[in-house]
Amino acid sequence: MKLEEVRVCVMRVGGTNCDIETARAFKELGIQAEIRHLNELVKNRNLLDYHVLVFPGGFSYGDYVRAGVIFARRLYAKLGRELKTFVENNRPILGICNGFQVLVEEGLLPGFELFSAYPEASLAANIPQGYNCRWIYLKHESKGNCIFTRRIPQGKVLYVPVAHSEGRFLFPKEKEEQFLERLYEEDMLVFRYCDKFGNYAEGQYPTNPNGSFHDIAGICNSQGTIFGLMPHPERALYWWQQPDWTRRSSKVQYADGKLFFDGLLDYLLKKF
Amino acid sequence: MSLSHLFIRVNTNFNIHEIDTQNATDEQLQQLSNELGLGLNLQEMKQIQAYFKTQKRNPTDVELQILGQTWSEHCCHKTFKGKIKMGDKEINSLFKTYIAKATKELNPKWCLSVFEDNAGIISFDKDYAIAAKVETHNHPSAVEPFGGAATGVGGVIRDILGVWADPIACTNVLGFGPLDYDYTKLPSGVKHPKYVYMGVTAGIGAYGNNMGIPTVNGAIYFDESYTGNVVVYCGCIGLLPLKKFKKEAKPDHIIVVAGGKTGRDGIHGVTFASAELTEKSEEVSRPAVQIADPIEEEKVKRALIEIRDRELASAITDLGGGGMSSAVGETAERYGCGATVDLDKVPLKYSGLAPWEIYLSESQERMLITVPPENLEDVLDIFKKEDVEATAVGKLTKDRRLRLRFFDVTVAELDMELLFSSTTSTKTASWIAPEIAEPTFSVPKDLTGTLLQLLSTPNIASKESVIRTYDHEVKGNTALKPLHGEYAGPNDAAVIKPVDNCWKGIVISCGMNPAYGKIDPYWMAASAIDEAIRNNLAVGGRRIALLDNFVWGNPEKPERLGSLVKACEACYDFATAFKTPFISGKDSLYNESPLGPVTPTLLITAIGVVPDIRSVVSMDLKAPNNLIYLVGNTYPELGGSEYYKLHGYIGKSVPQVRKAEAKKNFKVITQAIDAGLIKACHDLSEGGLAVAVAEMALAGGYGAELNLKKVVGAGLKRDDFVLFSESNSRFLVEVSEQDRQAFEVLTKWKGCSLIGKVSRNPKLVINGLSGSVVVEASLEKLRESWKQTLSGGV
Repeated sequence: MKLEEVRVCVMRVGGTNCDIETARAFKELGIQAEIRHLNELVKNRNLLDYHVLVFPGGFSYGDYVRAGVIFARRLYAKLGRELKTFVENNRPILGICNGFQVLVEEGLLPGFELFSAYPEASLAANIPQGYNCRWIYLKHESKGNCIFTRRIPQGKVLYVPVAHSEGRFLFPKEKEEQFLERLYEEDMLVFRYCDKFGNYAEGQYPTNPNGSFHDIAGICNSQGTIFGLMPHPERALYWWQQPDWTRRSSKVQYADGKLFFDGLLDYLLKKF
Repeated sequence: MSLSHLFIRVNTNFNIHEIDTQNATDEQLQQLSNELGLGLNLQEMKQIQAYFKTQKRNPTDVELQILGQTWSEHCCHKTFKGKIKMGDKEINSLFKTYIAKATKELNPKWCLSVFEDNAGIISFDKDYAIAAKVETHNHPSAVEPFGGAATGVGGVIRDILGVWADPIACTNVLGFGPLDYDYTKLPSGVKHPKYVYMGVTAGIGAYGNNMGIPTVNGAIYFDESYTGNVVVYCGCIGLLPLKKFKKEAKPDHIIVVAGGKTGRDGIHGVTFASAELTEKSEEVSRPAVQIADPIEEEKVKRALIEIRDRELASAITDLGGGGMSSAVGETAERYGCGATVDLDKVPLKYSGLAPWEIYLSESQERMLITVPPENLEDVLDIFKKEDVEATAVGKLTKDRRLRLRFFDVTVAELDMELLFSSTTSTKTASWIAPEIAEPTFSVPKDLTGTLLQLLSTPNIASKESVIRTYDHEVKGNTALKPLHGEYAGPNDAAVIKPVDNCWKGIVISCGMNPAYGKIDPYWMAASAIDEAIRNNLAVGGRRIALLDNFVWGNPEKPERLGSLVKACEACYDFATAFKTPFISGKDSLYNESPLGPVTPTLLITAIGVVPDIRSVVSMDLKAPNNLIYLVGNTYPELGGSEYYKLHGYIGKSVPQVRKAEAKKNFKVITQAIDAGLIKACHDLSEGGLAVAVAEMALAGGYGAELNLKKVVGAGLKRDDFVLFSESNSRFLVEVSEQDRQAFEVLTKWKGCSLIGKVSRNPKLVINGLSGSVVVEASLEKLRESWKQTLSGGV
């Protein structure tokens, strides 16, 4: 399949608000991304016309109850069958910020059973409490399983922003060790918070901006096709989006965020 | 005395009364106005009485409420549009005489719509325009800080939607009482500044973040007078495709109300806003504060943008102050129509609302559009797709009558003429300069300590802890952020790059100097204009438009009004001098509480453009050995300064604005930025030279060495005055050695001098007038002082 034939669906509902810049990131790759309201997909029953599904950031349905949970439940109720097929076909799914919260609530991440009936992790209220908008450093942990980040060398440090109040990644306390081990065993750990030299945050604020367990910022499922993260790579796409670009003498066209999308190209061209 | 005999219950199965105004005495008329919460004075009540006499009938409660709303200070700006007598001068409308006059005289081609629509509109490029609006939401925020501030943001965003623009950035400027205010001194009904501060900042963040609009610029000021009168300015900037700006409503077009349901929240908001706060405000006015639901507004926005792009509607306005009453009335008036509305069709949160409550409710997240009948179905489908309730509630009519029906019973029928014919008032103003002496004290020995103290005063200290709770980069178009780089330096302005494949940017900045107003409101206003402009220029902005937002005390009191007149005079003088037209503005008067009146406060918001965001300049020092120039003369102007305040004085020597000097400085900054000669630029404001250089150093991670002997100006005899003077129109500029000559060619006049250089040593060292070191502090120490007050040192 040619690149121009790839169809990306950026799915939104009321309260989604990072869809336009997320679609813009795909357009930079030369892929057409369409922003579609869940209501349209339900009406047209055409989710399976798309090759990639993206859940962008925002406050879906106001994030009432718990971030992402209403979107996740409604999606399951309205499009559950199509979504299951989508996942079983190993078509890529990306969740950014609120999208990550949706994927966790949907049981797709970490998705130890591909499509878990109940969430196996949680993105809890930040510690320290409250909304936090800042640039942080991430260390790439994936050994190649995550199809989105395959072009990023393991151990590379990347500079991107976070902006959320519920991003503290947690496993159930009693399964913490066991689940973490599985993340490593199955190469599902994709990003951890670190300082600019690549030293892990070890829970230290603000290097770890939300108190996440094991400094976890992003994970993928064991197939490597579903990827969720709290930071916003779409806001770190261009050099001029960086908070210190006026200090940099070399102005390369793209900032680190672009790398988060690049790897997808290879997978798509091979798969479809 | 009971008024009940004047109320005649109409024989219907819902709640409506006629009011027997014909048989009411003057005293009873005034009482009626108070009891019904109309906020009208006797003269206005008598005008109503006379009208209904000619109609040979009694008004209904609905009609009286409509007139109360339409004629309220909040909606028709009686003070700004009325007559004012000040000495032997008679001013016929402050607005026309000063604010609008400046714009009219300048009359730039790029001003597309000023003072006319919900927002000021100026051109951006050949395809797009910028819409800008700033509102105040003080009274609601005083009663309910979170809700008041959140709905303030929601309201101003709807103003932007109300000109078919897509909201792309928010601003907010807030004023609070001292956070360490003594609890025991708080009068009943006044909330503690800390509670108000927490609630207001949370409300602002919640609304903008939830809607996905970056909050990019603002300021927080602390002043004793804000304890009883919290000041909450909310601004919004929108982007508008020029071709889609539709103003073509006609008779028979359908009136559609979309968004949230209507309830009793926010009834009499406008009359509430036009009265002083009292001990009872909490109890009486709680219903005047609306409940915010940003997600609803986000959905409404999506639908409206699609309706705009498909060109399905003919007019739009928001339902804000005055609710449907204001929106329907003003829309009909603008297009020379009348209107008929069936109030029973309006979707309600709960049953039992009286017709007047439905019509005046200020429930949030509602918009009104008019739609040609043939497009109605498409429009309703779009709303449905976004899960937004939208209802056709009436239509525009050919005759100039406003008719309201409730289950087929006519509950109001008024001539449009009457609605928009409120009497002009004449008010008396006077202004006498306050008797304040210039303090005398000797130069403190430890000026390093003074600088550290200044950096940690609340007005100067880092606001990072608040700014981080606002999403300032959603949409991914914030090219210059409020917090710069690793050390979160305070940039002078924000820059938005709104259009893909186009390097042009929008520059947003503000200026506000309430402390100067305690000495002279004229120079306060002049300084606010100067500050807003220089903040804009400092990053590369130009072609600047201004927005004026007045927060004043009760204008019935001559001295309050007098200071307002003085501020307006300055607005005219300096807007014309700097060729920066006003494009929109709003006044919030009656800011008085049991603790007294608000310090007269004028916020100036400046909207500029930058041809190419790649040339934008930030405020952090960039490299060792670069040169530091001070552009602009320094004078011993410390009246109202943070330095005097630190010593417990106000002083008399308020900073003035010297037009010719200022213009020269402004021009050179733009020329030097365009020539690529400026590595960093920071405006000098609170705390003067010393604070500005400290901020540049702590943000850049490099030290600086300055020599006060090199500072030019007049009357510079004391180190502390040179360090902390707040003279206007000044900039600190970093230039590399290799650009030295080119820069000095541009700045060949006496008002600019080389005063020092950037050093690798992370330390600020300032040599005094006598040649010895007067300030010496490590960057770490500076950063700590600057961040500890409000941001806990992080």
